[in-house]
Amino acid sequence: MRALIEFQQVCKYYHMGDSTVTAADHISFQISKGEFVAIVGSSGSGKSTCMNIIGCLDVPSEGTYLLDGRDVGEMNKNKLAEIRNELLGFIFQQYNLLPKLNLLENVEVPLMYAGVGKAERRRRAMESLERVGLEDKWKHRPNQLSGGQQQRASIARALVGRPAVILADEPTGALDSRTGREVLALLQDLHAAGNTVVLITHDNSIAVQAQRIIRLEDGRVVYDGPSDAPEAVVIPRAARAKGGAAL
Amino acid sequence: MSILESLELALKNIVSSKTRTLLTMLGIIIGVAAVIIIVGLGNGLEGYVTDSFSDLGTDTLTVSVMSRGATRTIDVEDMYGIVEENSQYLDLCSPTAGMMASVKIGSDTTSTSVSGVSEDYLAIKNYTISKGRNLQYSDILQRSRVCVVGAYVDQAYYGGSAVGQTLRVGGTSLTIVGVIEQQSESLEEGGADDCLFLPYSTASRLSGQISSFVVTVRSEDTLNESKTALENALYSFFESDDFYTVTSMAQMLETMTSMINILVCVLAGIAAISLVVGGIGIMNIMLVSVTERTREIGIRKSLGAKERYIMQLFVIEAAATSALGGVIGILLGYILSSAASVVITRAMETTLTVAPTLGAVLLAFGISVGIGVLFGYLPAKKAAKLNPIDALRYD
Repeated sequence: MRALIEFQQVCKYYHMGDSTVTAADHISFQISKGEFVAIVGSSGSGKSTCMNIIGCLDVPSEGTYLLDGRDVGEMNKNKLAEIRNELLGFIFQQYNLLPKLNLLENVEVPLMYAGVGKAERRRRAMESLERVGLEDKWKHRPNQLSGGQQQRASIARALVGRPAVILADEPTGALDSRTGREVLALLQDLHAAGNTVVLITHDNSIAVQAQRIIRLEDGRVVYDGPSDAPEAVVIPRAARAKGGAAL
Repeated sequence: MSILESLELALKNIVSSKTRTLLTMLGIIIGVAAVIIIVGLGNGLEGYVTDSFSDLGTDTLTVSVMSRGATRTIDVEDMYGIVEENSQYLDLCSPTAGMMASVKIGSDTTSTSVSGVSEDYLAIKNYTISKGRNLQYSDILQRSRVCVVGAYVDQAYYGGSAVGQTLRVGGTSLTIVGVIEQQSESLEEGGADDCLFLPYSTASRLSGQISSFVVTVRSEDTLNESKTALENALYSFFESDDFYTVTSMAQMLETMTSMINILVCVLAGIAAISLVVGGIGIMNIMLVSVTERTREIGIRKSLGAKERYIMQLFVIEAAATSALGGVIGILLGYILSSAASVVITRAMETTLTVAPTLGAVLLAFGISVGIGVLFGYLPAKKAAKLNPIDALRYD
């Protein structure tokens, strides 16, 4: 079976003044359709870079990223925008709902850019809101809702375009633990319904909710395997040895 | 995403920040209103001048002759001869003899204007007789001591029964044989109706000098040809062009109108500067708005908005703001124009109306939309070029 997301020796360099920072250092992995994967790492591990590349917000400096078999590195900005619209659903830590629009209008935005007609847009956005249990709040503005409700609305927005990948960047980061658990349960429901979910987090306790964990450190993959293996949550010896040496 | 949806979004944004939008639009509002008022004022002025001149007759030519100190002059018979010779162009003719003499009615001395004219003069000026009779050819021949007077003289001094009465001009007693129908809207001293006409032959006996001739043309369409014919005839009579000038009312009207137009263009140009300044104001606010909405732009981009949709969003918002300013400016312009009409009419006792034309209104609206697009372009370009990652991270 062809991988939905395929990283082949992906590197990303940032130039800061005279020095060059390597944010991703020959990262390779594959994610298949229907998987629930957590990309874990501490700050500076390269997980944000990974998420930007997976989300087609950025392109690799070196290596190849294939999304659904298409080489993203070769695409121009407009094509990238199209790919984001068609294949990706974003869930952000800060919800990122548009404050001047009500929930229904917020959920409609991706469909608007996809060129879906108004009536169809309404219907699908409403459906999506029903799925996250906010159908009776469609008229509310984001600031009239709690954090958990806002995050659910942003999940509804991520779902509405029926994307191939749902990309969640620290989705529980701004929530208390109870509502955080609710949101995670919702993500698990989506996975159970056959969606591919990629979760980016620094928090092991959240990462273990996924099926599979890809652990990054200093821009490299240090673990890639099932989340229930003991190595998944402990810092690998090699990295510890390296960290120790650095000290 | 269609233009209409972008417009809807833009209007939502405009409505949600009313004060800011109003302040942004202020430059455009003032500019558009100023252009409309100035163009309207120009139109009113032009209409007023046209009316005044056509009262004087646009189908007439005036021949002014040097009456004093000239070595050559033309007498009435010769002038009639010239008109007769060019009868395919020229129709009626009357000498006018200006008189400095004062008019005494009873014991009152009036400021009534006195002219010696022929029997055709009233027809040339489109005056009609309301009472009594016109001057007649026999009056001219016999140098009769008769006159016709304007409606003001009739009303003010004789209570409407001037016909048959006498008055004195420079010491000579004249009998009033007719009253001219009222010309201006109100009767006033020194106005168009405060006048007296007597036979030019009588006038020349009373020290009146024939200073000009009015000649009507057969058709206004051949005004220029008629003027040339008259000038040629006069030239061959005088063998010089130093002793006479021929002017046509239509030409003077044209000159006046083009002068007014130039004036209006200059003033409207100055007012249009405020439109440009208004446009810069819009650009300023849009640039601020792009910065404020950086995160929104990042969100929209992450959800699949192409650069051109972001462009569209901001350009349309700028154009809509500007157009709305244009509409308010047009309304304000209309209101101020009507107010100006009332004030001018009251203050100056004339009937000058400040009338904005549809063309000026459409132009003002078009320009304000154009300015929005023009000055919205730069901020929109800036927004469209934002990197989505940086934009999403922006606080």
